[in-house]
Amino acid sequence: MADYSVPEIQEDIKTPALAVGTMAHLKPYPAIEKHMVPLAFPKQRVDNWQEKGIEKLGDMLKKYRSLQVYLDICVKCGACADKCHYYLGTGDANNMPVARAELMRSVYRRYFTPAGKLFPGVVRAVDFDEEALHKWMTYFHQCSQCRRCSVFCPYGIDTAEITMAAREIMDAIGVGHKYSTEIICKVHDMGNNLGIPKPALKGTLEFLEGDILENTGHEVRLPLDEEGAEVLLVAPSADFFSEPHIQSLMGYAKVFHQAGIRYTISSIAAEAANFGMFIGSFAQKQKIAKRIAEQARELKVKRIVVGECGHAWRVAYSFWNTLNGPFDFLDPRYPVPQHICEFTYDLLQRGALTMDKEANDEYVVTMHDSCNVARASRMGDKPGGQFEIPRALIRASCNQFVEMDPETTHEKTFCCGGGGGLLTDELMDLRIAGAMPRVTALKQVMKKDKVNFMALICAICKAQFSKVLPMYHIPMETVGGVHQLVSNAIQLGAKKGIV
Amino acid sequence: MPSFELNGHTYETDEDGYLINLSDWSEDVAKHLAVTESVEMTESHWEVVNFLREYYEEYKIAPMIRILTKAIGKKLGKEKGNTKYLYDLYPGGPAKQACKIAGLPKPTGCV
Repeated sequence: MADYSVPEIQEDIKTPALAVGTMAHLKPYPAIEKHMVPLAFPKQRVDNWQEKGIEKLGDMLKKYRSLQVYLDICVKCGACADKCHYYLGTGDANNMPVARAELMRSVYRRYFTPAGKLFPGVVRAVDFDEEALHKWMTYFHQCSQCRRCSVFCPYGIDTAEITMAAREIMDAIGVGHKYSTEIICKVHDMGNNLGIPKPALKGTLEFLEGDILENTGHEVRLPLDEEGAEVLLVAPSADFFSEPHIQSLMGYAKVFHQAGIRYTISSIAAEAANFGMFIGSFAQKQKIAKRIAEQARELKVKRIVVGECGHAWRVAYSFWNTLNGPFDFLDPRYPVPQHICEFTYDLLQRGALTMDKEANDEYVVTMHDSCNVARASRMGDKPGGQFEIPRALIRASCNQFVEMDPETTHEKTFCCGGGGGLLTDELMDLRIAGAMPRVTALKQVMKKDKVNFMALICAICKAQFSKVLPMYHIPMETVGGVHQLVSNAIQLGAKKGIV
Repeated sequence: MPSFELNGHTYETDEDGYLINLSDWSEDVAKHLAVTESVEMTESHWEVVNFLREYYEEYKIAPMIRILTKAIGKKLGKEKGNTKYLYDLYPGGPAKQACKIAGLPKPTGCV
């Protein structure tokens, strides 16, 4: 294994001394022809890339007024500077959100403002040249689009939109990132990000049914492609592959079983994730989301429930209707779409589930809010439901729950360090450093309250923490899903169906 | 395209050293890849590699970790059928490191 440098965890999250270029060495693997062409991007960097890139930026300014506003209104107050987990973890000046966005603003000024056209030096406008593109590639792949900086921006500038725009422009000139483009190709080809073929998925689900039967004595089903089910469950594909993700999948299955609600997974839509958002592509986002709407129609379900996947929930909650709506063929009595946490919470409220909290007595639990759920969506019918509903499930499943420092939770939560299309090994140095703020807050409650389990509802967070927590000397089993706790606590056969 | 030389042959890999052509795999290649990962191959390591290859042959994907742990438990004894044991064998993770040595493509996604 490669040697990585791991920041030393302090008692509190400290703002680092400003450094230049500490993360300039990171090189996201460039996308290859095989993954660019199917997404309708140029197979490689086009000859007139400067001209094309500027033209693309011009098009986007017309199409997205928000982008023009975000590029124009920043007054460089610096409120965002120390709010980014990547800046806090690396100290690299370009990882201050204001500085990262400036990489695009300086190019924007050069070609789209009178002062920049006439006196570029005076307004610090720069050409879209080799150096600028190199910095874009480097630092727009050091932003996880978590939008924590936006919470603190007095103008409400959404820096994630700027990162998405930069990636969209780069894709348009044939400069893509291999990780995201490869995964998007797989979701188009196989129906899921991991590339699990249907027979393997079927075998996996049958295996898990056997596992649950062996462990509980109950025949809990994980059905695939069953027409006429009430619910289409759309989970992240990591739930069919990795630990601890699988444990949440078994939790969802037990909840459906106990409620007596027939559901199905779809082999064509066996993926909630939508990496189209990470690369800023409306067309890809739409195409990836479309197969879920189509499968819901084809399988004649009445509800769509989304599993524990952070950015998927943002896409589903905020964009599905625009991308592939209207969803008027679904049952209007339920939220469209519905989060698995809302689904389980609703059943708990209606007395359909019996929970044995003691089943989780080995755990002192805390909750990590995942950025796209916390800052870009909602759950339930009350403001803040995206925070309260998962916590209500945790409290219903265990006896010991404590919060981390409130400056690091709810809407101020820190990214796990691997979101936004950065969960790839060549960016491991960044991922480790970016996890520092969350790990600091976690270590505080581990010390003070003996916390030994951090529950969350995002497949990327689960994978990222399983990988980096051990580097900070925290066991990987410390991280798991909210439905993992539900799975442990839910009493099978105790009460059947909705009362 | 990155590559490595072994016994006079050139083997193409991706940037992280995973074989591009699955048919290039042999025990010698596996031993070479294990050295690059600082993994010393024992009989138990080979059991994992062999199972991964058999599963991939049938399903064209690496198995879910739980399927792997159960299979290893069956072959090597129940006390070894767990994730911790697999990480003891392959500290870089059974999914990524063991797949690399088994000549499987790198699992990518939210993993």
